[in-house]
Amino acid sequence: MRTRTLIGLATLALCTGAQAQKSTADGIAEYRKMLEDGNPAELFEAKGEALWSQKRGPKNASLEKCDLGQGPGVVKGAFVTLPRYFPDTQRVQDLESRLVTCMATLQGFDAAEIAKTPFGRGEMANVTALATWIAASSRGMRFNLPQGNAAERESYEVGKRAFFYRGGTHDFSCASCHGEEGKRIRLQDLPNLTKNPGDGIGFAAWPAYRVSNGQMWSMQLRLNDCFRQQRFPYPGFGSEVTIALATYMGVNAKGAESIAPAIKRRRRCK
Amino acid sequence: MKKLPLLAGGTLAAALLAGCATGPSPAEMDAKANQLIKSSFRDQGIAKTDRLAQDLGQSACSSDKAPDDATADKIMAEALVTVKWPAGGQFIGDWRTGERLAQDGRGMTWTDNSTDPKSNGGNCYNCHQIDKKEISYGTIGPSLWNYGKNRGITDPAAPATAPIVQYTWVKLWNSKAYSACSNMPRFGHKGLLDEQQLRDIMALLLDPKSPVNQ
Repeated sequence: MRTRTLIGLATLALCTGAQAQKSTADGIAEYRKMLEDGNPAELFEAKGEALWSQKRGPKNASLEKCDLGQGPGVVKGAFVTLPRYFPDTQRVQDLESRLVTCMATLQGFDAAEIAKTPFGRGEMANVTALATWIAASSRGMRFNLPQGNAAERESYEVGKRAFFYRGGTHDFSCASCHGEEGKRIRLQDLPNLTKNPGDGIGFAAWPAYRVSNGQMWSMQLRLNDCFRQQRFPYPGFGSEVTIALATYMGVNAKGAESIAPAIKRRRRCK
Repeated sequence: MKKLPLLAGGTLAAALLAGCATGPSPAEMDAKANQLIKSSFRDQGIAKTDRLAQDLGQSACSSDKAPDDATADKIMAEALVTVKWPAGGQFIGDWRTGERLAQDGRGMTWTDNSTDPKSNGGNCYNCHQIDKKEISYGTIGPSLWNYGKNRGITDPAAPATAPIVQYTWVKLWNSKAYSACSNMPRFGHKGLLDEQQLRDIMALLLDPKSPVNQ
């Protein structure tokens, strides 16, 4: 109830007159501060934490032996080093695709089946909750993705090319909106993702709770909706292009503090 | 003739050695990235994978470096000849409809049902200031406030204004005619807006009665 009222006030304050123009970034910072002690993402964190230790799936096992890159079962600090190369799967994986690997190998779930499940449904909703909790476990830590492995360096190079790849009906690439400083779509500030955009901005903010639709958005869903708005075809969950883009943005964000899971509100006033 | 296989073998060995030391060359990475991009997407609704096939203007503008001058000139020249002029030399429509189109950011995503221009908006306010009364505007493109007034347009049908009117039509039809790597969609060329919709947006920008020119 309290959260609702605050959202209402923030909307009103941010969408009246010229004052909204001057203080777009200030307004968002103020708004986030108001919600700091009441971020609905906490509900998803709690769900994810419970799922981690719960015995589930055909093998009736927990995820407590899942290796997120820091050794089996180590959660803290994993988020700020992903995507990275995993010797067992012989590929670079982001948090979500790695979770699906663990759900398949440890719990016996069908990885392809999960990857096909729409966001917000079934086991995909569980992947998002797990990712939210694992991200929260690294809150306040700084991004430091490994680039020591040839596959990791290649992922960065592929990601950079994907970031600048123009196509579709509107000729857009990621860089059309996220390649310059200080630009906006409508009133929405656009982070420059070709470099470190700053603490808690861009890659360092997702997963995030979106007030506009009341949904918890993972990085995979964030990228998916960017491609939708780019008028591109549909990117597969955990596909090479999504992981390479995450590597590119994550390496660029080196040193940025993670505030994930953040809270986001679209600034449209329409 | 006999030497050829040996030479090829030697080149291959050298390439492999170089590969071990430094990883794939930039050109090899380009090819690999293109292949991985293509295999990562599938059709969804009206958004098919053929949208990943690039024309020269897209492929030459797909890196952090601008294309060389010769390539840029080629892109612009090819874009210019795509422009279709409006029937009857009628460039100006209704600015009220133009404003509605400028506000509307819909169309052509995989959640849209039709590729008919009638179901699309112009997306203009996403990137441009246009009518000053609209405070929710983007800044990727320049401000278009007073677009016609600043260019001295009092009668868009007068012969003296033809260069500006035609320039504006070309910019809307195929923005690459004037800037090879323009960020602006090619509204006419890509079938995003039809002739009448473009006339209405022209009116928003150029009609002295449009709120943009007050």
